[in-house]
Amino acid sequence: MAQMRVNPTRMEMKKLQGKLATARRGHKLLKDKRDELMKQFLDIVRANKELREAVEARLMTVHASMSIAASLSSSKMLEEALMLPKTEGVLSVSYRNMMSVDLPVFDFALRGAGAGGQSYGFAFTSGELDAAIAQLSELLPDLIKLAELEKTAQMLAEEIEKTRRRVNALEYIMIPQYQESIRSIKMKLDENERGNTVRLMKVKDLAVAKALAEAQKRKAE
Amino acid sequence: MEYKIGVIGDIESVIGFMAVGFTVVTVETAEEAAKELTRMAEENYAILFITERFAKEIPDAIAAYKDSPLPSVITIPGKEGATGYGLANIKKSVERAVGADILFKD
Repeated sequence: MAQMRVNPTRMEMKKLQGKLATARRGHKLLKDKRDELMKQFLDIVRANKELREAVEARLMTVHASMSIAASLSSSKMLEEALMLPKTEGVLSVSYRNMMSVDLPVFDFALRGAGAGGQSYGFAFTSGELDAAIAQLSELLPDLIKLAELEKTAQMLAEEIEKTRRRVNALEYIMIPQYQESIRSIKMKLDENERGNTVRLMKVKDLAVAKALAEAQKRKAE
Repeated sequence: MEYKIGVIGDIESVIGFMAVGFTVVTVETAEEAAKELTRMAEENYAILFITERFAKEIPDAIAAYKDSPLPSVITIPGKEGATGYGLANIKKSVERAVGADILFKD
């Protein structure tokens, strides 16, 4: 463990002990955050998977209907019919906050003459096209929902990764480093203390020996 | 603030979306798709659907928007069928978050 270079003083030790306490508290909080994020994430990602599977399956039937419609009329006609839609999709975005992650919430609405109905003229198009478009319209809310869920899953995944990295850094680098430094300061201080005691004992011994020698000398006289 | 929804893909896969109020951009190559994606992401598009065929070839351009709230870039299967690329992406974010794949192992 790379140890920090610190002055072995009581002052420095107090400072480090404060930092250690902060790091411990931060570690606990982040760990709780990570666990909660993980819980939410797993729910969301499970829903995301199911929704995606459902949407993909339904989209395939839309594609099938579309290709039938395309085979019945020329692709040029199809394009002309759909090129200038009377409806306009408008999406409003709001945000919700989950564990301090800003997540978008999509709200989709159709606007324009064809809202809720047909967005092109019936004159040159086939019934199959109408059916295909109707299927697709039904799918829209789920498509928007999928976009929202998938974005949410991606953003939570990122946040979890970040939080986990922080938790690990605190747990395996910062906290041991502080502990190690505090320990080394304490040892150094204790060592000084012992050195002091030994010196005092030595001085006392010398003083006693001197006093004894003087006393004997006085007796002899 | 109002946002738009964009669809990028080959014409046969995405033409239907014109009728439901999405902005459809048809492309032929992956480079075009990447260019359109970047352009539309800078405008006020909140959701960009892109067909799997092109999404597969430009993962970097898509990954650039992964961590920002907008736009949400979503792959959809084109007319050639679902290739499982979209599900693979979900799997990837699980691996990223959890460190191991815990949802998709069969």
